[in-house]
Amino acid sequence: MTGIETYALTPFISLTMLIPLAGAVLLALVPGRHGAAHRGLAFVVSVLAFACSLSVWVNFDPARAGFQLVEDRAWLPFGARYTVGVDGISLLLFMLTTFLTPLAILGAFSAIRKRAKEFYIAMLLLEVAMLGTLVAADMLLFYLFWEFMLIPMYLIIGVWGGERRVYAAVKFFLFTFLGSVLMLVGIIWMHLKAGGGSFALVDFLKLDLGFREQAWLFAAFGLAFAIKVPMFPFHTWLPDAHVEAPTAGSVILAGVLLKMGTYGFIRFAIPLFPDAAGAFAVPVMVLAVVGIVYGSLCSFAQGDVKKLVAYSSVAHLGFVMLGMFALTQEAVEGAILQMVNHGISTGALFMLVGVLYERRHTRAIDAYGGIARVMKVYAALLVIVTLSSIGLPGTNGFVGEFLILAGTFREALSGGGAFRAIGLALGIAAATGVVLGAVYMLTMVRKVLFGPIVHEENRALKDVSFREFAVLGALVVMVFWIGVYPSFFLSRTTASVRATLDAYKGRMVEQRTALLRGVDARAEDARAAPSPWRVAAQEVAR
Amino acid sequence: MHALVRDNVGTLLWVVVFAPLAGAIVNGILGPRLKRGTVSLVGVGAPVVAFVASALATWGLAGREAVSTTLFTWIQAGPIRVDLSLWLDPLSAVMILIVTGIGSLIHLYSTGYMHGDPSYSRYFSHLNLFLFAMLLLVLGKSLLLLFVGWEGVGLCSYLLIGFWFDDMAKAVAGKKAFLVNRIGDFGFLLGMFVLVFWMEGSLDVPALRDAVDMGGGHFVPGGTGVMLVTLALFLGATGKSAQIPLHVWLPDAMAGPTPVSALIHAATMVTAGVYMIARLNFLFALAPTTMAIVALTGAATALFAASIGLVQNDIKKVLAYSTVSQLGYMVLGAGVGAFGAGVFHLMTHAFFKACLFLGAGSVIHAMAGCQDIRLMGGLGKRMPWTRATFLVSTLAIAGVPLLSGFFSKDEILYKTLALQPASGPVAGWIGPLCFAMALAAALLTATYMFRLYFLTFSGELRSHHAHPHESPASMTIPLVVLAAGAALAGYVGLPIEHLNFWEHWLHPVFEDGAARFVSTGSHALEYGLMGVSTVVACGGIALAWALWRGPLTHVPAKAAAAAGGFYRLVCDRYRIDELYDAIAIRPFQALARVTHRWLDAFGIDAVLVNGPPRAVGWIGSIVRVAANGDVQAYAAALFVGLAVLLWLVIP
Repeated sequence: MTGIETYALTPFISLTMLIPLAGAVLLALVPGRHGAAHRGLAFVVSVLAFACSLSVWVNFDPARAGFQLVEDRAWLPFGARYTVGVDGISLLLFMLTTFLTPLAILGAFSAIRKRAKEFYIAMLLLEVAMLGTLVAADMLLFYLFWEFMLIPMYLIIGVWGGERRVYAAVKFFLFTFLGSVLMLVGIIWMHLKAGGGSFALVDFLKLDLGFREQAWLFAAFGLAFAIKVPMFPFHTWLPDAHVEAPTAGSVILAGVLLKMGTYGFIRFAIPLFPDAAGAFAVPVMVLAVVGIVYGSLCSFAQGDVKKLVAYSSVAHLGFVMLGMFALTQEAVEGAILQMVNHGISTGALFMLVGVLYERRHTRAIDAYGGIARVMKVYAALLVIVTLSSIGLPGTNGFVGEFLILAGTFREALSGGGAFRAIGLALGIAAATGVVLGAVYMLTMVRKVLFGPIVHEENRALKDVSFREFAVLGALVVMVFWIGVYPSFFLSRTTASVRATLDAYKGRMVEQRTALLRGVDARAEDARAAPSPWRVAAQEVAR
Repeated sequence: MHALVRDNVGTLLWVVVFAPLAGAIVNGILGPRLKRGTVSLVGVGAPVVAFVASALATWGLAGREAVSTTLFTWIQAGPIRVDLSLWLDPLSAVMILIVTGIGSLIHLYSTGYMHGDPSYSRYFSHLNLFLFAMLLLVLGKSLLLLFVGWEGVGLCSYLLIGFWFDDMAKAVAGKKAFLVNRIGDFGFLLGMFVLVFWMEGSLDVPALRDAVDMGGGHFVPGGTGVMLVTLALFLGATGKSAQIPLHVWLPDAMAGPTPVSALIHAATMVTAGVYMIARLNFLFALAPTTMAIVALTGAATALFAASIGLVQNDIKKVLAYSTVSQLGYMVLGAGVGAFGAGVFHLMTHAFFKACLFLGAGSVIHAMAGCQDIRLMGGLGKRMPWTRATFLVSTLAIAGVPLLSGFFSKDEILYKTLALQPASGPVAGWIGPLCFAMALAAALLTATYMFRLYFLTFSGELRSHHAHPHESPASMTIPLVVLAAGAALAGYVGLPIEHLNFWEHWLHPVFEDGAARFVSTGSHALEYGLMGVSTVVACGGIALAWALWRGPLTHVPAKAAAAAGGFYRLVCDRYRIDELYDAIAIRPFQALARVTHRWLDAFGIDAVLVNGPPRAVGWIGSIVRVAANGDVQAYAAALFVGLAVLLWLVIP
């Protein structure tokens, strides 16, 4: 359950967000438009943010379930507070964000030629927004960050994108924005229901909502999240956005932004509306499995390598959604890990596509072939990342998929009657994704890397540069690290997932309030205590 | 000394597994910058180290049931817990000896065979990686770890089949192997998902065995659940061990370098399916229906592939179908409850088939790449070592008495007739039918193998371009060692009770599974069958001699003409590939196209998403307004809207 466990003595979370924010301001002040100074500065800033986020990781206590390192202070007069913290559900995504952003920036060095300064400002602001979305424990704060993410991404697609960038950017914006509006209505509804004094997640969790009310609210939140994921059939903005976005935009879009949808489900939709989540679990799982098969089929039909990767995201996030709504410990942990895995492997895939695009300015699979002969390191990297994407054991993808499917089967087999049959059918259908993923990915790999070189202009292609290798190498290290020793990451999620599921399975409001009573007492104490900011300021002054 | 080894078996096991991995990493990363000699040293040294460690570990195991060693917990979530643990028992001991022993020889051979290849270090890196995965497969204590190795060997197979990837056909063959295997893996995974639920989170083989021993719960003899789980697992085995209906990838896999065919696609990886069934013998034995299906699949594959082997003209294709056929015997053995016999044949086959493939490689090397046996002939004179070793192995596979293949194949044939599930046969005709198919396959085996031998080594050279010569010592030494094994390996499993070291050694592994079968055979039947086998083997050889070497050389062509369509059907491998193309691949491609073009691009995107705005003008105009890129207006609208909403909620 998402109570509050510990308050921060040093505001590491805010600092992590403040660094890119300050960096963006600083960039705006640096004169010139295309200088190397901008990109260098942006990279250094994002690395600093990553370094700072490591302190969040280090100070995180895996044994605790609720929010940790919480900072809480009054913000808006009508009860919205600046409350941020991390728990086992958000921690991995928080780290993923700070990890991927410098890589995306580094990867963009050669690709972004025009308005470089503005581009890096947008990237850094996007990082702030994503981090804020992940750590917000106040619903209004969450909503603001959630919507604010749209703007830099909209700009990144619309300004630095490909030929149809404006269409893609508008489609992206309208889809996600329209989906979110109902969520805002839901938030306000719950705010009023809670007495109009608070937007705090902990207060919302205590609400005694009837089933009908839950169902409507679940639908309102669920739509916003489902579009973001994106779940079938709300996914058509994704291929357009990805194809038009510059590489760095695609990396962040696939790597982090999409996860905000799946994160929203496990952070908000399931704990806040447990009865509705339980009732809607099967339909959501059906859509998830449809997404797996459908995304794979569409992927297979693509002649554009970037679009292929984009559709594969629909399939992979289908796995994540399936695990999330299987609602067993291993499936949800697997789903959280799989969010990270998808960020790493799909991020790397978009990077790899970008490497080719920068050299040949085409994304058509047919334009390549046989390039393993001339780009040897590139070929090795593409094969490794592909294996991660299709979930080969030893790579990260396998651990996530295995846990998700095993959890789905456990939920199905331990259920009875119709659910058992439906659950098994869903599990089996989802498992075909293991075959289908290999089909489209290996077909692509064969067409791009193998065979004779049929286009003369490919004969002189340069292998990856040191900079490109550094970016991809960092991702490949993660591929194997998570694949071989996932406990390092999974153990961070265990307590929070267990608490969330216990509360969900409990389903009884009394139990939930009982669970929160202790938290409340602590929270009251803490609120009475001097602000950690002030403490920090005093320390600095001393 | 023994005490020291005995206490350190665990450490030795990690050496066994990690030495090849280290070799793969060194050659994979540094290889292109290393001297060729260094690459060879690392590449061959790693499997040799692993072999020595395997031998020591096996020595240290003797007398104990099993040794287990754990590095760390790999996956833990909810009830699921999988440790990175290795497990040495008599079965895995035998397997690691085969894998590292034959593996070392083939690595040595490769230094000669791949001598001039520009991607020399990549080759050894992949081959070492294969050994690592195969050893993990064999030694994994958990079924999931076995699966890690299982997928790993599949990956290396993919990489090595497509080793010469400039040739699109080879790259396609590699992909086909991977995908067909993935279909099998899908079944393997489903089986594991159910098992991990039944076992409340553990997939450790010893734990599984204990649970089956305890009985009750889901592990009911003849239960539907057990039947479905074992069938799903068997689907995995059909993929890896190239059984009908998933056998189609193995003949194409011959696109890889020939030592790869010997190691991966004959001696080791393809036997993983058989190994898995043997490993889980106690579980499979609970499901007589599954066992019957396993046996029938094996026998049918043995016969089916042998018939294709008879009409192939590519030396490696003959051996490929021969491998499919021999794997059928092993699967048949496992299916009738003769797990020890199945693994016995696995071992003898590893020797003679590796020798045959390496011999073929030596021939191809000498013929400068030519693989068509119609162009060969008379090579025996020019390549005496290759010929002699090839002949020994051919005699062994044909089942000529006193050579290894005779003992192992015969035991399977005998037990096919003799063994029955203790709960009674699923159907009375299954045993005799399997026996008949296997016996027919034995006749064909002797015939097609000697057809191959005569066409390759006897008579006069039919190609005018080739200048064949004997291969270097690095290639002939492995041939001699393997031929010795092909001749003598059978003596560890003599069909005489107190001399059958093999059965005795493996007894602790198979006793649970074997206990669910009863023997209705007798020594009279066993020795009688030996006589029948001998007659069949010699008859097959005589037939091959008469048809391709002796007085009846005009008959094959006439027979082919007389058989007409059927002959062409067999030559076209019964057109199974074409069938799959028509019923699976093309429909899938069409489905993908329809899904994307019509359902996605048109149905969802054009109609549902973009339709309303286009149809309704005012929405369209909003899109146009937005589409002119006025971002400030956009942001302003967002914040104005937000401000209004905030104002509304302020009490």
